[in-house]
Amino acid sequence: MFDDISLRLDAGRLLLILGPNGSGKTTLLRCLAGVIRPIKGELTCAERRAFLGHRTGLKAALSCRENLGFIQSFHGRSRVRPDQALARVGLAGFGLRLASTLSAGQTRRLGLASLLVSERRIWLLDEPYASLDDEGGALVDTLIVDHLEGGGTVALSTHQRMPDIGAEPIRLHLCANRPENH
Amino acid sequence: MFGPLWALLSQDLRLAIRHGGESLMPLMFLFSVIILVPLGVGPGPNLLSAIAPGMIWVAALLSSLLALERLFRPDFEDGSLEQWWLGHLPVYGLVVVRLFSHWLITGLPIILFAPIAAEMLFLHPDALGTLMISLMLGTPILSLVGGLAAALTLSTNRGSVLLSILVFPLIVPVLVFATGAVSVAAEGISPQTHLGLLAAMLVLALTLVPLAVASALRLNIE
Repeated sequence: MFDDISLRLDAGRLLLILGPNGSGKTTLLRCLAGVIRPIKGELTCAERRAFLGHRTGLKAALSCRENLGFIQSFHGRSRVRPDQALARVGLAGFGLRLASTLSAGQTRRLGLASLLVSERRIWLLDEPYASLDDEGGALVDTLIVDHLEGGGTVALSTHQRMPDIGAEPIRLHLCANRPENH
Repeated sequence: MFGPLWALLSQDLRLAIRHGGESLMPLMFLFSVIILVPLGVGPGPNLLSAIAPGMIWVAALLSSLLALERLFRPDFEDGSLEQWWLGHLPVYGLVVVRLFSHWLITGLPIILFAPIAAEMLFLHPDALGTLMISLMLGTPILSLVGGLAAALTLSTNRGSVLLSILVFPLIVPVLVFATGAVSVAAEGISPQTHLGLLAAMLVLALTLVPLAVASALRLNIE
């Protein structure tokens, strides 16, 4: 997919991964998450990471509160309670609703809430703006700014909207992937 | 330390209860077979009691296959399987928990209802204890070996056929020794040798299979 990437990401910095479809943005993020092992090279990371992809890892048959409760005990307890996280992402009062009854945008918001309840300093977000309205996009920006100010680190891929945060992000442009001729 | 394991187990059981009917399918299947067999081969107690060990075990084996397709696939499709590599624990532990919850949902009900099935097929009363022990030793092996096949066929679309082909050869020794144990017990001979071999297979499967499942899952998500 890609080769020869070398970068260092310190606490409080935002990495922006840009590139056309199929250029390997998701692959790079999954690689940073440790889900995929790089064929060559190494990844040094002292912290546990949270990864939010297209598939949010939420169970349709469980309620929003049950989903967040699971993530909290699975990924380590943070101080944020599920109901607080839901209120933060604009889903206040949705605690008992089944995740299957949420719209696409609301599911993305529940995914964002899952980041808040899992105590992780490093967030890896794959297309966090997908299927969110303008208000939802602004919410993502606010969450990222708060997380960076709290000493966290964020890497995100996007091809629609650019994150609107104060500091200048590190930009990484991936080129279109040419199919090899075999 | 055990928080994530407990979280996964309680989520699995909660989902199983919420999918109610689907979770009861293996048990329903077992009883359909036990009820239909006397209608097919005739209700004579002698014939039925001779084939009872084999029938109960074959039904248990086939019914454990039913739930295998959904062992890892829902997590694979909704993205929560990837999260297993982001947790605090080695995936080995999570695999053990998932297989244990699969056994609780499919294997344990079969063991609990086995006395009724044995009664319906006129199994010799002396062999009932051996049947229960053979099921206790054997059904976890079915879950373990089935779990390995489910993990290997995860990224193939509709892997059910492949899954059964993978499971059957590996499970034949279990079937042979389990039904052997029940048959010899019905004849009044001690089934210790058969049960000992079954227990050895369980220990072997319990120690090695979760490692293999963890690497098979990793291959599929990469």
